[in-house]
Amino acid sequence: MKTTEDWSEELSWRCAACDRPLEMGQVTVTYMENSFTTDMPRCRQCGQVLVPEGLALGKMAEVEKILEDK
Amino acid sequence: MEQSDLKQWEQRCIQEEPPECTAACPLHVDARAFVRHVRDGRWREAWQTLARTMPLAGVLGRICDAPCQARCKRGEVGDAIRIGALERVCVAQAQENYRFTPLPSKGQRIAILGSGLSSLTAAWDLIRKSYGVTLYDAGDRPGAALQAQHAPILSGDSMTAELAWLEKWGVRFEAGAPLPTPSFFQQTVEEFDALYLGLDSIDSDQWPLTRNAEGSLQVDPQIFTTSNPKVFAGGLTSSTILRAAQGRWVATSMDRFLQKVSLTAGREKEGAFATRLFTSLAGVQPLRAVAMADAQSGYSAAEATAEAARCLNCQCLECVKVCPYLEAFGAYPRKYAREIYNNESIVMGTRTANTLINSCSLCGLCQAVCPEDFAMQDLCLQTRRSMVEKGKMPASAHEFALEDMAFSQSDDFFLVRHAPGQKQSSHLFFPGCQLCASSPGQAAALYDYLRTRLGSVGLALGCCGAPAHWAGRREESEKILNLWQKQWEEMGRPQFLLACSACHQMFRELRPQVPIQSVWETLAAVGLPESPNTSPSACLAIHDPCTTREALHLQTAARQVLAAAGIAAEELPLGQELTECCGFGGLMANANPSLAQEVTRRRAALSAHDYLTYCAMCRDRLAAVGKRALHLLDLIFPPAGESDPAARPRPGWSQRRENRARLKQMLLEKVWSEAPVAGANYAKINLMISAEVRKRLDERRILEEDLQQTIARAEAGGPRLRHPVTGRLRAAFRPRHVTFWVEYAPIKEGFEVFNAYCHRMEVKS
Ligand code: SF4
Ligand code: SF4
Ligand code: SF4
Ligand SMILES: [Zn+2]
Repeated sequence: MKTTEDWSEELSWRCAACDRPLEMGQVTVTYMENSFTTDMPRCRQCGQVLVPEGLALGKMAEVEKILEDK
Repeated sequence: MEQSDLKQWEQRCIQEEPPECTAACPLHVDARAFVRHVRDGRWREAWQTLARTMPLAGVLGRICDAPCQARCKRGEVGDAIRIGALERVCVAQAQENYRFTPLPSKGQRIAILGSGLSSLTAAWDLIRKSYGVTLYDAGDRPGAALQAQHAPILSGDSMTAELAWLEKWGVRFEAGAPLPTPSFFQQTVEEFDALYLGLDSIDSDQWPLTRNAEGSLQVDPQIFTTSNPKVFAGGLTSSTILRAAQGRWVATSMDRFLQKVSLTAGREKEGAFATRLFTSLAGVQPLRAVAMADAQSGYSAAEATAEAARCLNCQCLECVKVCPYLEAFGAYPRKYAREIYNNESIVMGTRTANTLINSCSLCGLCQAVCPEDFAMQDLCLQTRRSMVEKGKMPASAHEFALEDMAFSQSDDFFLVRHAPGQKQSSHLFFPGCQLCASSPGQAAALYDYLRTRLGSVGLALGCCGAPAHWAGRREESEKILNLWQKQWEEMGRPQFLLACSACHQMFRELRPQVPIQSVWETLAAVGLPESPNTSPSACLAIHDPCTTREALHLQTAARQVLAAAGIAAEELPLGQELTECCGFGGLMANANPSLAQEVTRRRAALSAHDYLTYCAMCRDRLAAVGKRALHLLDLIFPPAGESDPAARPRPGWSQRRENRARLKQMLLEKVWSEAPVAGANYAKINLMISAEVRKRLDERRILEEDLQQTIARAEAGGPRLRHPVTGRLRAAFRPRHVTFWVEYAPIKEGFEVFNAYCHRMEVKS
């Protein structure tokens, strides 16, 4: 799920529990028995992810539909 | 869907049947396409369309006697299109190269006697079927007699040009042959594998063949055989196009004879036939044919283009004209049936028709306008059911509506009671989930009024199961209907009084044993309450809900109520049995929100008047696109504190839930004097949301409850993100199949929500 979006806004958030800045890191995305990895902003210490709004409403919604139509 | 079902569906839609002009043409020239090309000045394409079917287009296109015109639909409103005259201009305008792909010779030789239209056509077709063709003519130039007969039209070199093509492809011309003599005949029969006698240009008196009582050759009128199996004959007709057609049919017969296959099988559609195509002439202005400035030379190019512009481009598309959904997918039901069938048959790969199947509002207008009764709603619903059974229904298509239905059936809303102090009910008022969601106060007022007029009227709050039915989830809709049936039996079989026409349709069609009445019928019978001056501020036009299409008595009752209230209203151009869906039916708005909105907009634009309807969902959807709209109850029980009820905005999804929950609590308290039941903990979280954010969240179908749950969990120690500059928090929660993200900040009164969004995929690091 590659996108060319600018996630500097998301990367300016911090994990509240660990009080650390978010960094890009590998996450696993799962839907309808399909699973793949991609990079998203997340807390390096506890693993908390931030799914960006643009991604959720754009690319992710598209892939959801493709998988549902399979 | 089985292959045989597909065939039946396809059979039913007649959009691909040929237009009258093509069906009337003995050669089935695609006159509709031809005329369109002429209209657009595409002479090359026009010529190609003609020549695809017509032999010797340069000749026949000039002299065809155009029997198509007698059946042209335009002729019913003005003059028929002068197709023959257009062909004449076309072949004079454009002369292209004929397409001819030589195939390996079949090695058999055919003699053609005579050079009339039937002979030339037979030669034209047989050389293409790879026979050796020799054409014998008595004169010294083939085609000369035909040319003379059609002077001056054929005087130029059009004949020479067509003969040159034949020669180029390998037809041998033998001039000066003694055609009428028996010896010549005998010799040709022996030398060739088959023989054609073109009776339109030669005399057959002396040939040794069986004759009928009048002395003319005995020829089979369908397959053109004579008493000698090797010999075929035809061309005896005054119509030029029929002579050519007979040449073509003879070529088919000779080919089949030489291939040793049936001469008769599958030839029913040769020649003119009746077409099933329906073309509406409604609204077509009568137009006379364009006159020719010079009748001798025929139409000029400009005149021809003007004449062609009168063509109706005959099609059916009755359903597509009235249904934005059918229009949006770019084709028509016959094609859609095929797409749906393919979608169902896919084992691996993408099912591209899922959105098509789920976007239909199941409103039935297509069937109401279709000359063949094609019911797209049946096709879509039946397919949805089979998708659900096979586990192939996309989860996102209907989930939101199904969860809303589950809410209506939960303790938050569901309620069944006899009237206070009663042990039995003669009637059971069933307002339906969406009236309560939209206008709880009117639902309560109507319940009070019904009790004052009818006495023992029980109350049933809940959903009829329509969303599950529309989603193709038969098991779930049956479960709900069974529940209502059981309630009905336990309450002593009262008559249901239904305020929603979708509920009415559900019970009417799926539980016919339960006696029902629409509250509009009830009100028309018992009369209206004394009400303050409720006359609306503007002219009204009636929007009938699509679920009343087959319940005209509901439409009548609603009009009676309106009349009893002393209010006049106009009919919409598409009303009553031809009414349109508001975009909610069939869960269209769930599966395809943007199309549903387009549907609502189109409906709203039909009249400048304020709309009056009697379905809460219809009213709210119209209001959501900015249409001023009233519910019939607005005139009977004017909403408190609303000076202009037609301008009342549509309550959002969260509001619709809250309204239902509050209505139940309010009725329990006021009507049955029961203490209210406490809600869940998170429901106590107070949220501040700006109108703009609220609107966005409603479009995204995110409920306040989702926000409350997410915040409650984050504030109880769940994971949160913090923005170092703004101090805002972000948290996510996945109660079931959807992850909600909420951006918020604590404030004195609770929390302010700045944004929220959701996705279905699960993300883990
Ligand atoms: S109305 Fe629609 S479904 Fe019916 S025949 Fe015409 S195009 Fe086909
Ligand atoms: S109106 Fe046009 S399409 Fe219809 S029958 Fe006449 S020529 Fe054919
Ligand atoms: S939306 Fe209504 S008119 Fe259109 S195809 Fe579906 S049932 Fe027919
Ligand atoms: Zn952390």
